[in-house]
Amino acid sequence: MTTFLAVQRFPPPQFTETGHKLPLMTEPAVRALWLERLDVAMLVVVLALAAWLALRRRSRRELTALGIFSVFYFGFWRKGCICSIGAIQNVALALADPGYAIPMVAVVFALLPLAAALLWGRVFCSAVCPHGALQDLMLLKPLKVPQWLEHTLRLLAYVYLGLAMIFAATGAGFIICQYDPFVPIFRLGGSAWMVGLGIGFLLLSLFVGRPYCRFLCPYGALLGLASMLSKWRVRITPDTCTQCRLCEQSCPFGAIVPPTLNPPTTAQLIATEKRRLAGLILLLPVLVAVGVWLGGLAGPALARKHRIVSLAQRVHLEETGAVQGTTDASAAFRATGEPLEKLFADAGVVRNRFVLASRFGGGWMGLVIGLKLISLAIRRKRTDYEADPVRCIGCARCFRYCPEELKRLGLPVPEAPPPS
Amino acid sequence: MNRRDFFANATRGAALIGLGGIVGVILQRFRRRNTVWQIDPYRCTQCGKCATECVLEQSAVKCVHAFEMCGYCNLCTGYFEPQPVGLNTGAENQLCPTGAIIRKFIEEPYFEYHINETLCVGCGKCVKGCTMFGNGSLYLQIRHDRCVNCNECSIARTCPADAIHRVPADQPYVRKAQVGKV
Repeated sequence: MTTFLAVQRFPPPQFTETGHKLPLMTEPAVRALWLERLDVAMLVVVLALAAWLALRRRSRRELTALGIFSVFYFGFWRKGCICSIGAIQNVALALADPGYAIPMVAVVFALLPLAAALLWGRVFCSAVCPHGALQDLMLLKPLKVPQWLEHTLRLLAYVYLGLAMIFAATGAGFIICQYDPFVPIFRLGGSAWMVGLGIGFLLLSLFVGRPYCRFLCPYGALLGLASMLSKWRVRITPDTCTQCRLCEQSCPFGAIVPPTLNPPTTAQLIATEKRRLAGLILLLPVLVAVGVWLGGLAGPALARKHRIVSLAQRVHLEETGAVQGTTDASAAFRATGEPLEKLFADAGVVRNRFVLASRFGGGWMGLVIGLKLISLAIRRKRTDYEADPVRCIGCARCFRYCPEELKRLGLPVPEAPPPS
Repeated sequence: MNRRDFFANATRGAALIGLGGIVGVILQRFRRRNTVWQIDPYRCTQCGKCATECVLEQSAVKCVHAFEMCGYCNLCTGYFEPQPVGLNTGAENQLCPTGAIIRKFIEEPYFEYHINETLCVGCGKCVKGCTMFGNGSLYLQIRHDRCVNCNECSIARTCPADAIHRVPADQPYVRKAQVGKV
């Protein structure tokens, strides 16, 4: 307690005349712990259910119903918080700062869907994540995104992931939560900018399938990486692929990749491809090094987002007389009477941490771009149309388009239109 | 099992162990206490952002009153404008923009002040008046019947005094008490 508070300007009365009893301050209770445990239980149940519906039942209708439930439970009821996308920031902060007491719910929400993705792919995205399910429900007339644009835009998610981890690990704040476009929708309110952004994303998802999930979601990027290792994944045809292309047409998210056509036959062509691949593999360390270097340069600029750094800068400007007056923050700092040197030293520590973190982040972005180039240059052997585990979110749309699946279910297979 | 499957299984196993490792590291540091957001009234500068920055349409922050610290003043600097026309409940005399403070006569010359939380918007105007010129018995607190416990409190993000932090959920309120009594 500060000395300032020791000033009891007006001594409390004794009420000798009326014997008035002092009322007590009310303290409404905190949200019950069991409700929090219910959230975790819901996550486990809905996640398992989604995996079962997507991989075993192969039912789009049932997944839609589950998605609607998630939108209402995790979305409108829990107001989109806590969510797995944001929870990875808690984990990053907990790993970087031992003093941070991470809520157990955040640990489960961040890591359980990742573990599930190692087994079943991105089933979390299909019907558990309220953000994804909401965009999915909005989908009206999906447009095909050209492959080059798809590949380029998908890199944004990894960049966003890198940035979010930098800000979270340095304690500068949770930017995924701050710039989440759907939470204002779930809360039915928010700043005009964020509500506008949310409505914009919803309108966009009428014509572009799940724009946030595909091109921005940092958690989707992580789940995609985990899904590369998934043990059980979406197999479109239950039997043989007749190469009818119906599934490829049906996927609104561009997640179905065609069989590789025309393998290079001439020795010259093979040699060219090998040389290109070797060049790209050599380029990888260069890209990582450039990323680390650029990250180091960007560090101090990014550090300004941290409260202590921006406060120290403001106070420094005030001290040198470059600016007049005070801001709320600098006035509050001066009122505490803490020494300036301590503030500047703290800001220096934070800035150094930022430089280190953004070097890591820059290296990460270089690595992602390099690996992306390499993966595009590798010629894969695919004989059938397949769901790319990185992109496939297990929405189960494609199954019913596959004639072999219809045969399996004993449903009539529509006649192919006469060739025009 | 062919070589490809073996490598896939091995990598998957390694990834699962890695996730387990993260959980282990976190659990080791984890203090088994739930936390909620709360304002430290001793850092609060009554900037007014609590009223506007909360994600709720009506802020979860409300003014509370530590009655045992209150001087029960007739001229309450939390209740009245700096130069009130008269020391009565007239709207023109009140500091509170929503008229959320109830002034009740107890005995000569003492008045008791209650907060009507349905009207209070958490702007902190009364808190400023009480802290600057009075005993500081009025102060802002996050009310946990309203707070949705966001992962990152959006008021804390913009608080100029860095007064909002997570506190253990079993002590969710800061109790201001009379000096020497605590």
